[in-house]
Amino acid sequence: MSALLEAPRTAARLIEPDYVRMSSLPFVKLEHVSKSYGTGEQRREVLKDLDLEIHRGEFVAIIGYSGSGKTTLMSLLAGLTRPDSGTVTMDGREITGPSPERGLVFQNYSLLPWLSVYDNIALAVDQLFPGWPKQKRREHIEKYIAMVSLTPARHKRPHELSGGMRQRVSLARTLAMNPEVLLLDEPLSALDALTRATLQDEIEDIWDRDRKTVLLITNDVDEGLLLADRVIPLSAGPGATLGPSVTVDLDRPRDRKSIQRDPHFKRLRTEVLDYLLVAGARQKPKRREPMSVAS
Amino acid sequence: MNQRKFRGDWLLLPIAGMAAVVVLWAISSKTWAPNLPTPWKTWQVSQPYLAQPFEKRGELDQGILRFTWYSLILVAKGYTIALLIGTPLGFVLGMSKLFAKTFDPIIQILRPVSPLAWLPLGLVLFQKSEPAALFTIALCSMWPTVLNTAVGVRAIPQDYLNVARVLNLSRTKTLLKILLPATLPYMFTGFRLSLGIAWLVIVAAEMLT
Repeated sequence: MSALLEAPRTAARLIEPDYVRMSSLPFVKLEHVSKSYGTGEQRREVLKDLDLEIHRGEFVAIIGYSGSGKTTLMSLLAGLTRPDSGTVTMDGREITGPSPERGLVFQNYSLLPWLSVYDNIALAVDQLFPGWPKQKRREHIEKYIAMVSLTPARHKRPHELSGGMRQRVSLARTLAMNPEVLLLDEPLSALDALTRATLQDEIEDIWDRDRKTVLLITNDVDEGLLLADRVIPLSAGPGATLGPSVTVDLDRPRDRKSIQRDPHFKRLRTEVLDYLLVAGARQKPKRREPMSVAS
Repeated sequence: MNQRKFRGDWLLLPIAGMAAVVVLWAISSKTWAPNLPTPWKTWQVSQPYLAQPFEKRGELDQGILRFTWYSLILVAKGYTIALLIGTPLGFVLGMSKLFAKTFDPIIQILRPVSPLAWLPLGLVLFQKSEPAALFTIALCSMWPTVLNTAVGVRAIPQDYLNVARVLNLSRTKTLLKILLPATLPYMFTGFRLSLGIAWLVIVAAEMLT
């Protein structure tokens, strides 16, 4: 019975171009995911009937309005919260709680202020690789500090660092955990434009080296198009949902200066913006019906 | 610089202030408060305590520094007990909503109870004066530590806890590596306030025991 049901579905997969290219099942998958906060009158639906498939090694960017539930979506993927309905799976297994195999880079860095750069990363490394000899752990930590070019600042506390440096530490900590999926929750939105550009390049370099699965959440369309293989707009909340996926078929490495004049880049940007500004835009708030007096 | 009237005002002015109070004291004892000893008489009687601060002539007849030492020891003991009980209590209060809901009302009732009222209870419980004094000091000075620690634990940013969750830190490790360091500033504020109260309470406790 089940074999009969399986057969046509497998056939459908084969004709889908994405599967041919990736030649694997989706690595991270969200099916009909909804999430609300609060109860009763206060209840607010944040995400509504979300579907998402990310393949192994893919770099996907989700772009949305602030307050549209981007961070909620990230928390669901990280396992920090559970969906009200629907399923979130990774590699076929349901995500039921946070795990180091999904490394999360927080929007606000989340470094422990009483620990130095080195110790912040060491906390993660010591926890996840307790079996390693001391020397190996130290080399591992130093390697990732060097990767984000913070070696001279490795004994500084977070408050002595600039925003960009802090986010680098956060990135290094997450990369040092050796996660299978990298979840970037607006990692650059608190930074100035120049630092942003530098860190975008670093993220692209790191992704290019390891080819990890990356999900980037951002409110910057250009950032998404510059870095990702696919860009998916998230409509405005409440009850946000994902729009049509836009495949970014621009050659890598992408140069941020020349790409601005690329007609194809412009077309892709228009496509994403059109959805965000028209189809996925915030609806005008409905006028509330006068409340009937409850006895 | 011109505003400065004369040199040595940092010394002379306070002395003048003290002298004024002593004069007021002398006038009072001569006029409307005949039972109040004059400053001179007080000085004469205090001399044996002040002149030989380490002398021990009898149980209640000892030098001033000896008495100070006893008080210090008592405060130190009571304060230590307060911290040892107060800090864990504060942690539990901050971490467990159930515990906080259960015990917060009773804490709010007990907190403002005067040291003078605790002392008889201490005497009933322990029969002797020293443990009763310790009991009173510990009980009265505990609350700032308890409440500040609880507030500190509740104020820990969710981000730090998320870090612990993503790393799958055990409960003990979360406590030692995240909760404790994050709460430390609040705890020390509590400790400092507690010490002040312990000093206030010792006077009451020693007068009554």
